[in-house]
Amino acid sequence: MNQGRLAERRLGWLLCAPAVAAMLLVTAYPILYALWLSLFRYDLRFPDRREFVGLANYASVLTSEVWWKALSNTLIISAGSVAFELVLGIALALLMHLTTIGRRTVRTAVLIPYAIITVVAALAWKFAFDPTTGFINALLGLENSWLTERWPAFFVIIFSEIWKTTPFMALLLMAGLTLIPEDLLRAARVDGASAWQRFWRIILPLMKPTILVALFFRTLDAFRIFDTVYVQTRGAQDTETVSIVGYNTLIVRLNLGLGSAVSVLIFCGVLLIALLFIKGFGTSLQGQRGDRL
Amino acid sequence: MKARQSLMDKFFWGCAGLVAVFYALLPVAWIISLSLKQTKDLNDRRFFPASVSFDNYRIIFSDTQFPAALWNSIGIALIATLLSVTLAMFTAYALVRLEFPGKKMILAGALAIAMFPSVSIIGPLFNLWRYLGLFDTWAGLILPYMTFTLPLAIWTLSAFFREIPWDLDKAARIDGASSLQAFRYVIAPLAAPGVFTSAILVFIFAWNDFLFATTLTSTNAARTVPAAIAFFTGSSQFEQPTGSIAAASVVVTVPIIIVVLMFQRRIVSGLTAGAVKG
Repeated sequence: MNQGRLAERRLGWLLCAPAVAAMLLVTAYPILYALWLSLFRYDLRFPDRREFVGLANYASVLTSEVWWKALSNTLIISAGSVAFELVLGIALALLMHLTTIGRRTVRTAVLIPYAIITVVAALAWKFAFDPTTGFINALLGLENSWLTERWPAFFVIIFSEIWKTTPFMALLLMAGLTLIPEDLLRAARVDGASAWQRFWRIILPLMKPTILVALFFRTLDAFRIFDTVYVQTRGAQDTETVSIVGYNTLIVRLNLGLGSAVSVLIFCGVLLIALLFIKGFGTSLQGQRGDRL
Repeated sequence: MKARQSLMDKFFWGCAGLVAVFYALLPVAWIISLSLKQTKDLNDRRFFPASVSFDNYRIIFSDTQFPAALWNSIGIALIATLLSVTLAMFTAYALVRLEFPGKKMILAGALAIAMFPSVSIIGPLFNLWRYLGLFDTWAGLILPYMTFTLPLAIWTLSAFFREIPWDLDKAARIDGASSLQAFRYVIAPLAAPGVFTSAILVFIFAWNDFLFATTLTSTNAARTVPAAIAFFTGSSQFEQPTGSIAAASVVVTVPIIIVVLMFQRRIVSGLTAGAVKG
């Protein structure tokens, strides 16, 4: 290998080193540390009683009703929000792509839910649904106290999530729409295909890779849901999600051992979802990606 | 297709656009109107305030908690953005312009971190930060924000850098420009839009975060606005500080709305750049 190539290599590594070091330091190291802590009985209120217990923490998490309930709650919220977001997101993407009137205004307005602080959005909807402060009951002529019952609380949480994250989905899908050759749609139109047929037979199949990427990122994101639930119910009314359980065990009850076991299990959950998507749709995901915030 | 929309189509999409705008802006309008209500009107269950008052704003700014949190939010988000974008610039430049083994690994690693559940590391970080003296400090939040936004910044910047005609640099130098001049007058202006776009996206992330802010801070020293709002206490124990929360929410939402209004096209292109080109 000649000098130039070697110098290029060295420069490449040198330029990447700070970012790689930061990423390893703040993610890889702590997750390994969590794995290590999860093998101990370690409660910060009684630090002297720290003791190696093997997999006992996992056993107690996996046999507790709280964990399984939280997992099913998380899956309910994820499935509910992502499914609606997909439908709404496709509609919104089509709108942003096709509309000729006020296109800029629509795109700008749609970015606002994406950019707004999640906590603020969750609070706004919480106040809106609140029976004493809110306008929604008055508007619908109802007397519901939404956040004090399980299913209505789920409804509010999912509703807030949909509002907040559909724009992100729609923007990714819009990027997919721009890749569809206009000629193809024009030709189909000339051949007499209705708008409905063009959507189902041409647009949707061609958008499949983009849809999968958007679904992938949103599912992972939804599985980690924390902010909205914390602000709206704090996990009351049986709406605890896995992230809330992790937070409560670690930060509220200061049980680092047990909490770390929950953390590791959440990490495994995310890994499992990622693997399922990659295994299931690997080829269509190739060369595609999306950002998440 | 766009040019040949019939009047019916136009009308349909126009109406749909109105619905979308209404849907996107409803909670914003609601929280603004709530913040302008007088305390006695808070429970009137009406959308618009009966009479406009700025008392809630006066209250939050006369207290110490909110101004401190606002200052923390601005400082932490700006520093994290600066660091993240700078490191990402080096990395993206190397990934786009240089040949070296391990490139794929870095991109894959960045993608993995984008999916990483931050709740999985709050325990270890909490413990570690207390040990290192980073708990409840600006640095304690800047570090995780920088790291978790690096993937986004690296991917976005790589997508933008790939589009830059780097050979212009050579051309400028043949024409007699020094390498510094070539960078200053040719490359920097071409790279600036991408850098700026990723900076906006990173800033939005740091400004938005709640999980790290609640777990790694405990006082006004470093608590940012999202965490402060969630823990707002009223003037008395029995009064839920709805008005103050609404006013504080509006104060932190306005800058974001201004950014969105000014840079709508950049944000859209930043979010979709990588999604299309991969």
